[in-house]
Amino acid sequence: MAVCIAVIAKENYPLYIRSTPMENELKFHYMVHTSLDVVDEKISAMGKALVDQRELYLGLLYPTEDYKVYGFVTNSKVKLVMVVDSSNTALRDNEIRSMFRKLHNSYTDVMCNPFYNPGDRIQSRAFDNMVTSMMIQVC
Amino acid sequence: MAEPAVLTSADDQSTDMTFLFGIMELCGATRLGYFGRSQFYIALKLVAVAQSGFPLRVESINTVKDLPLPRFVASKNEQESRHAASYSSDSENQGSYSGVIPPPPGRGQVKKGSISHDAVQPRASADQQEPASPIVSPQQSPPTSPHTWRKHNRHSSGGNNERPLAGPGPFWSPFGEAQSGSSAGDTVWSGHSPPPPQENWVSFADTPPTSTLLTMHPASVQDQTTVRTVASATTANEIRRQSSSYDDPWKITDEQRQYYINQFKTIQPDLNGFIPGSAAKEFFTKSKLPILELSHIWELSDFDKDGALTLDEFCAAFHLVVARKNGYDLPEKLPESLMPKLIDLEDAADVGDQPGEVGYSGSPAEAPPSKSPSMPSLNQTWPELNQSSEQWETFSERSSSSQTLTQFDSNIAPADPDTAIVHPVPIRMTPSKIHMQEMELKRTSSDHTNPTSPLLVKPSDLSEENKINSTVKFASGNTVDGYSSSDSFTSDPEQIGSNVTRQRSHSGTSPDNIAPPPPPPRPQPSHSRSSSLDMNRTFTVTTGQQQAGVVAHPPAVPPRPQPSQAPGPVAHRPVDADGLMTHTSTSPQQIPEQPNFADFSQFEVLAASNVNEEQDDEAEKHAEVLPVEKASDSASSLRVAKADSKTEEKTAASVPANVSKGTAPLAPPPKPVRRRLKSEDELRPDVDEHTQKTGVLAAVLASQPSIPRSVGKDKKAIQASIRRNKETNTVLARLNSELQQQLKDVLEERISLEVQLEQLRPFSHL
Repeated sequence: MAVCIAVIAKENYPLYIRSTPMENELKFHYMVHTSLDVVDEKISAMGKALVDQRELYLGLLYPTEDYKVYGFVTNSKVKLVMVVDSSNTALRDNEIRSMFRKLHNSYTDVMCNPFYNPGDRIQSRAFDNMVTSMMIQVC
Repeated sequence: MAEPAVLTSADDQSTDMTFLFGIMELCGATRLGYFGRSQFYIALKLVAVAQSGFPLRVESINTVKDLPLPRFVASKNEQESRHAASYSSDSENQGSYSGVIPPPPGRGQVKKGSISHDAVQPRASADQQEPASPIVSPQQSPPTSPHTWRKHNRHSSGGNNERPLAGPGPFWSPFGEAQSGSSAGDTVWSGHSPPPPQENWVSFADTPPTSTLLTMHPASVQDQTTVRTVASATTANEIRRQSSSYDDPWKITDEQRQYYINQFKTIQPDLNGFIPGSAAKEFFTKSKLPILELSHIWELSDFDKDGALTLDEFCAAFHLVVARKNGYDLPEKLPESLMPKLIDLEDAADVGDQPGEVGYSGSPAEAPPSKSPSMPSLNQTWPELNQSSEQWETFSERSSSSQTLTQFDSNIAPADPDTAIVHPVPIRMTPSKIHMQEMELKRTSSDHTNPTSPLLVKPSDLSEENKINSTVKFASGNTVDGYSSSDSFTSDPEQIGSNVTRQRSHSGTSPDNIAPPPPPPRPQPSHSRSSSLDMNRTFTVTTGQQQAGVVAHPPAVPPRPQPSQAPGPVAHRPVDADGLMTHTSTSPQQIPEQPNFADFSQFEVLAASNVNEEQDDEAEKHAEVLPVEKASDSASSLRVAKADSKTEEKTAASVPANVSKGTAPLAPPPKPVRRRLKSEDELRPDVDEHTQKTGVLAAVLASQPSIPRSVGKDKKAIQASIRRNKETNTVLARLNSELQQQLKDVLEERISLEVQLEQLRPFSHL
């Protein structure tokens, strides 16, 4: 149900960003960018908090009138940001978590690929397929 | 394809025209009026069948595995024919494509084939195209094949750049050439495509990649020239190929597989071990494929996503690299034959066998390895399974679905067993076997048997004494029935009836409050013997503590309908001698024993006996007496094991019984009564018992003139009985409290129901 999914590296540059071509993608890009601030804020707040699934999942970063932005950070400070449409019947938190979990799993699969250099854009087809499956749900 | 063209080619053979017509008919061309691709393939196969001497049947195509390729006199350009052959990509109709097909029709067909292939090609798995290969049987000398045919393809197909299409075609040609000296015709080329590129893998694996490419080029050139020469060889190959018509284009031949294994060994000597990702990366980088493609190959081949390659995975990856280098597009999903076996390789090998087929079929166990047509589906299903397995491994939740593997955390804490009714099996607190036996006897004989009840109840607190007393009083009011019901544990269900149920619910032990008095009123565990001892302690320590609520009487104890009677004695506590005194005044006290005990014993006895009335009276008295006795005995009752106390109490009870009423001629013989008393004392379950016990006790006492005699004994007995009585008191008190609570609850319910009724009533009127 996501309208936009982005993977941002530790240094805050995007490794992967994709949105449903419903409207101006730039808007989503901007939203993701602004959400990074919130993510950083939450990360710093965590401090030495136990790094478990809960902490990794940041939850709703900030809502707008149309969209909600959820965040997830991995242990390596790679951030996954997801923008969902508010018009969708509110997705349960668990669903968002599961989506992030799937994203995380796919991301780790990408990482496992020895041919993938961390820091490169993610061009894995499997990852694409997985993201597509998540986004298609929206439509 | 037009019939004439076919016939022309067919004429080339030695086959009879009749055969031809038969074939045409079989393949359906006659029906259709023209030769479609499938018909053509079938026709060719039939030609081969005919040439082989097999009966001309459609089934023979499928059954005859080693169907030699139909021999057509090559009247045209072999190359073209080969092209045509190569384009026969219909995997199912691996028509025995002879190498020769009349060029014009061949070309046309080639084009058609190519076009169709083009259409097909976009398909995920390139295996579809590969099938053209049937012709290409032997891959012995794969080395140059890929390149050869690739180039060949380019060369021949002109505008047609469909690699896969072209690929299959040429590739059989190099086979004839037996380039790298691979065993000629050994391996039937399963399929087509990727297998050939052995040169590739040989190349980048062993030699610098560049050199291999170079070698391949020349090879391809050679191939082209030798294409024609290949014809004869190819026919042989084709023959074998035909058998592999149903093969999976992605199958790895034995030779290839061996090569892969050798390569694996160079990196990882242990065949069962893994190749780490870095090593694999270096290795495959030598192939000079773009990183992106290598990355994709890795994704496909690393089945378990562990970042390392097992032998199977390595072979699959290698195979894919080879295929890619030969121009085949990488599939979107791992081909079935390349999938690492879920189970042992041996199984896979067995499964994948086809006559003359390549050994390795990596298809998962569930997939029919030999079915190339089903490959795409398998490819689809397997990855799904794989994903799902990944999900399982990762415990990922299904989105929005309730199915959440992770939710193990929600360990539903089961209802606290303690509160739940632990049905503590009515433990006989009776210390002595005799008691047990007696109780058993009594129990069987009498209704009230709660031999255990008193014991179980005992552990409760002294504070219960009052309640117990009160219950006793209640019991007194109640007749045997009440007592019996109070017996709880063992009493008959009928007797228990609502009382029991109430008790059970009250005690909270039994979940089914409504259930009929079933067996086990489970007195709370506290009523175990140990608890009884505790009770004793508490007795001493706390005088008059009444832990009323703890009565833990087995549910059996029904609320006595005669609270009036109870209060008096109930109030009594071991400490409250005053009250007792009053009571005692009523009865000829000297009943040192705990009236409760006495009551109980009496109850039991009474149960058996018909002297309910007397019992009642005596119960009352005993109830009164008991408190008194209790009070007096409280101090003394502390020590001793229950058993002793019980016995003593029983005797004492009997004494008081005798003393109190004295004269009530109790039917039950003293001994049995006594025993019963004892047992009762031990059990001390329900208030109901008390009344009966008292009665019994009275009877016993009356019947027994032992009082005077046993003065000495009586003291001990009395003390014991006192103790028991106290315990019983506490138990009963607890029970009483529970019952009262139950009563309150029920009353509340009743009130609510009445309210509802009233609410409804006006409507009913309407």
